[in-house]
Amino acid sequence: MIVLNKDTIKIEKEQDVVFFRNRVAEYADKIKMGLVNKTKLLTAASELVRNMLRYANGGKVLCEIISHATLQTGVRLTFSDQGPGIPDIEKAMQDGYSTGKSLGLGLPGAKRLVSIFDIKTQLGKGTTVTITKWKNG
Amino acid sequence: MAAKITVYQALNKNAKKLHEDWLTQQMQDEGLREDLISNEELRLESEEFLKTFLAAIKDDLLEDSNSSNFDKLNEMLAGISINRARHGFSPRETGYYIFSLKQAIFKTLEKEITDLKKLYTEILRVNKLIDSLATVTFETFIRGREEVIIRQTNEISDISTPVIQVWDNILALPIIGTLDSSRTQVVMESLLMKIVETESTIAILDISGVPAVDSLVAQHLIKTVSATRLMGAECIISGIRPEIAQTIVHLGIDLSGINTKASLSHALRFAFQTLRLEVRKKTDKTAS
Ligand SMILES: Nc1ncnc2c1ncn2[C@@H]1O[C@H](COP(=O)(O)OP(=O)(O)OP(=O)(O)O)[C@@H](O)[C@H]1O
Ligand SMILES: [Mg+2]
Repeated sequence: MIVLNKDTIKIEKEQDVVFFRNRVAEYADKIKMGLVNKTKLLTAASELVRNMLRYANGGKVLCEIISHATLQTGVRLTFSDQGPGIPDIEKAMQDGYSTGKSLGLGLPGAKRLVSIFDIKTQLGKGTTVTITKWKNG
Repeated sequence: MAAKITVYQALNKNAKKLHEDWLTQQMQDEGLREDLISNEELRLESEEFLKTFLAAIKDDLLEDSNSSNFDKLNEMLAGISINRARHGFSPRETGYYIFSLKQAIFKTLEKEITDLKKLYTEILRVNKLIDSLATVTFETFIRGREEVIIRQTNEISDISTPVIQVWDNILALPIIGTLDSSRTQVVMESLLMKIVETESTIAILDISGVPAVDSLVAQHLIKTVSATRLMGAECIISGIRPEIAQTIVHLGIDLSGINTKASLSHALRFAFQTLRLEVRKKTDKTAS
């Protein structure tokens, strides 16, 4: 697998969300991702970045365009924060579970919207979520 | 005795000339914006700045521009730069202010310091100092521009939520751009007020201009719909593009309790039906 493009964006305030989303859209356009997949990617990205702001006081996102040996091209986003971490991942990944009186759809919804979803968290240390959306997938 | 002269002494001795040289230097810049700053303002600003500059280097400590000697100077420079950013100066114009001072200082030093080796050393020191001052200029300039951007963002979210009365009892609210929490608040308020004002019974929220609907946006929409209902009006959401519809489904958001339509015209047709209104094409008979 090779990384074709890469960029790190700091997320500290609400205004950063729009800037970040535009960058993701730019990356998706660069590899000519279709409108449906692009919207799905943008929406998943939006969920994760909002979680980061809301529960971990911000963090950073690594945006990459990656190309796989099987000739799949895609956008990979790595969200890392140094927040409190998630005590029970299994619960957090369930539809409707929220500690913030919200819909509780962010994490499970994002997982359904992308091709690869990975979450790692350590209590007191932070959370890292990595998502990949293939151009055709 | 001339060989012992410090940078401060050399410059202070020629302060008047230095000021003139610097001004000439600044005005030579073809990019100087006389529309943005008058010559008189520039003269006063530069004079004040030079005074502060000379005070800062009095002890011939040019190396550490972060020391407290330079506090006042840095502050002043930051003030000037941020002011220029707000008034629409370009980075080049802003940077030239401090860079042109370099030229004027070199000119004075050349005249005052005859020992070439000493001249070289001193010029290097001044060069370094001015460069670090320039860094301050750029940092604050960018901060100033960011403030402008944030202010504009807020203004846009205020003006871009017009509530339109499209028919008796029917309101439409086209939403364009990202729907965040503060924006939703504005949207909801202006919509509810207009409902009371016009006694409308149907409100159409058109989201064709919203780039993505994530769970937060969806929640905002749901809240707006419930609030409209509490006011005794029905709320229709229109302009859900196909890619957004698919995304909403995958995300798992349930909008089944909400009246949704593909386009604004569908929504309008539905509103007409609800109000038992009919829009018909004129036939020849009625025309004659
Ligand atoms: N980066 C994070 N750091 C700490 N906790 C998190 C983080 N992301 C999610 N969580 C926890 O996981 C729970 C579920 O997140 P999820 O995004 O699914 O729902 P939500 O944010 O509560 O609601 P929604 O996203 O639908 O508005 C959150 O309520 C929060 O407790
Ligand atoms: Mg969430």
